[in-house]
Amino acid sequence: MSTTNRKHLLGLEGMSAEDLTRMLDTAESFKEVSERPVKKVPALRGTTIANLFFESSTRTRISFELAEKRLSADSVNFSVIGSSVSKGETLRDTAENIQAMKVDMIVIRHSAAGAPHFLAGLLEASVVNAGDGAHEHPTQGLLDMFTMRERWGSFAGRKVVIVGDVAHSRVARSNIHGLITMGAEVVVCGPPTLIPIDIEKLGVTVETDLRTALEDADAVNVLRIQLERQKAGLFPSVDEYARVWGINSDVLKRAKPDCVVMHPGPMNRGIEIAQDVADGDRSVILDQVTNGVAVRMAVLYLCNGGAAIESEETESAVDAKATKGKQVA
Amino acid sequence: MMLKLANLNHTSYLIDNVIVVDPARNTMYPGHVAIVDGKIDAVERGRAKEASLPIYDGGGLHLAPGFVDIHVHLREPGYEYKETIASGTLAAVAGGFTAVACMPNTNPAIDDRSVVEFILKQAKIAGRARVYPIAAATKGRKGEILSEYHELVAAGAVAVTDDGSPVASAEMVRRVMEYAAPLGIPFIEHCEDMAASGDGVMHEGFYSTKLGLKGIPAHSEEVCLARDLLILKSVRGAKFHAAHMSTRGSIELIRRAKEDGLPVTAETAPHYLCLEDKDLVSYDTNLKINPPLRGAEDRVAMIEALKDGTIDCVASDHAPHAAHEKQVEFAAAPNGSVGLETMFPLLVKHLVKPGHLTLPQVLSLITNKPAQCLGIPGGTLARGVAADLVLFDPEETWTVRRESLHSKSSNSAFIGHSVTGKVKHTLVDGANVLPSRVGV
Repeated sequence: MSTTNRKHLLGLEGMSAEDLTRMLDTAESFKEVSERPVKKVPALRGTTIANLFFESSTRTRISFELAEKRLSADSVNFSVIGSSVSKGETLRDTAENIQAMKVDMIVIRHSAAGAPHFLAGLLEASVVNAGDGAHEHPTQGLLDMFTMRERWGSFAGRKVVIVGDVAHSRVARSNIHGLITMGAEVVVCGPPTLIPIDIEKLGVTVETDLRTALEDADAVNVLRIQLERQKAGLFPSVDEYARVWGINSDVLKRAKPDCVVMHPGPMNRGIEIAQDVADGDRSVILDQVTNGVAVRMAVLYLCNGGAAIESEETESAVDAKATKGKQVA
Repeated sequence: MMLKLANLNHTSYLIDNVIVVDPARNTMYPGHVAIVDGKIDAVERGRAKEASLPIYDGGGLHLAPGFVDIHVHLREPGYEYKETIASGTLAAVAGGFTAVACMPNTNPAIDDRSVVEFILKQAKIAGRARVYPIAAATKGRKGEILSEYHELVAAGAVAVTDDGSPVASAEMVRRVMEYAAPLGIPFIEHCEDMAASGDGVMHEGFYSTKLGLKGIPAHSEEVCLARDLLILKSVRGAKFHAAHMSTRGSIELIRRAKEDGLPVTAETAPHYLCLEDKDLVSYDTNLKINPPLRGAEDRVAMIEALKDGTIDCVASDHAPHAAHEKQVEFAAAPNGSVGLETMFPLLVKHLVKPGHLTLPQVLSLITNKPAQCLGIPGGTLARGVAADLVLFDPEETWTVRRESLHSKSSNSAFIGHSVTGKVKHTLVDGANVLPSRVGV
């Protein structure tokens, strides 16, 4: 499996359907670990991971930390908000210092697109992208796909609608790359001022009318709307946004009856997503969060050189392979 | 027995056994050149016959007027850690340039007679290429108060610009054009609508969408250019030069303005002819330039615009930055690439070799035509002009490496590129100004 040789996870762009499937399969095996009374496998025992968060994050950081702990890795956290300039040390120096302490893997969240690529070119350590600017958020893309696949089995013939600030969304880009590769149909919808130029060339359809976009949808992935976009003049008001592009139970009638509603969080309840939808039967938002840990366990395990684990393998096989994988690595 | 050019120690001599390239006359022929007291005395076909002067062997190299680069950032005063006048002019002569015009975004800006005098003094001490200072159009390049053009021109400035930034207000553009007109100097605009660019870091298009980098739309350049051309129509006697043109839309605007008979000239840079936005997929900060690398259609249109003369010349926009400034996140890196030492071989490779233009035509883009844009000497082989010459091998292929650059900074967008054409000797006033290098 090529993913095992892939030292870094920088994005879902360019990954094959086979690679994506094996990542999701491996995550499926790891999901069960979190259901056990003792939520731990020795897969990454002796591996040191640094979580470098240069942008505020609660769920992604905690999710990575839990994934690391459940794989028995040793991890340290470094959170500094701001650019190289404002924090007084360059990203390069920060990363090289951390590597000098013999860290095996680096998980990085950064406001600058390409920051993980910059580190990957600089360091020996494996680099896992935990979100870079408006570029990619591959583990979020994977956990969204994992959550869909749990319900559907396969992506063929499924229609996924991504609604909101697509222009500034790394979640949207990772979803698009992964879902298109897996054979799903992807429609993006939002104010024209928040749809980036030429995005059709990624293989998606652009539809600014939400009702049309949601026609026969199997899933709707609702993006968080940042209030600073309104201040930047990209849409006139939160009220109008909620009226025209907010997901409520009325507009959801256009979608398939079993259409699932997803959100990468944190939610602005009552703006991009109505309260009753967020908490309703179709919402799989908390499943996404649960699955996030399993997906991140799989990503860390595979990036560290672990062998792929097939989804049908037993609990003991997971333990055995996870242990062996470490020994091989 | 002919003498070796590497050991040149006369001020009156012959260079024999060369292919003379005269871009102003669009000719190329085997010939020889007589230089008397550092000036061109005669350029003739065939081998030299009489021997009243010492004869140096041109070794079959091509001989042309020294190249002229009208858009260079020498960084001194103020940013000597990036480049100095000494290191920048060394890079110039290594690239075959005998004259460069330097931009005023120094610290302090070139908005005062004393700064012009300082630059000319440093250039004289360096003793490499000629340096023509371009003064700031407004004090401190702030767009508020006109600089003292009469003082600046008297000291040696050859044009005015706020390059690095546009002159933001239409009112100030008008006053700059009006005030510069009677002095006969061009106003050079860095065409950019700052609000349209916003915090963009690359060309807006499919690749900015894919890479998640904030885009700079093509119209950021075009609306500023269109505005200036409209103002130019109403200012009698003004001369306007558009710097670093990068988009297809800008070419259309320039074409129409020329058809209307407006006194406009324009330049582009090698990176807009050889690179595209898609090359940024590596997030290589050396490819972060302003204006940004544009799309494929823009690049193809730019080559056509050089062929039909809509764009008059090519300038390097040599923009040195220290390694530590470029080794940062893409969005945080400063704009610019060094270019003096790669411009000529890039143009040979990308314009001559594919057959877009002949060698004399390409040399014209970096000799007589840019000199005409600024009204400075250079670019010809006319009798009596200073013997500012370059000798090169148009076929030698080499790879651009950091170590091969003479500039103080090595932020080249072309590191690792294979190029064609190698400068072997550079002469200013008939004297060798290029220190000998290993392998030359």
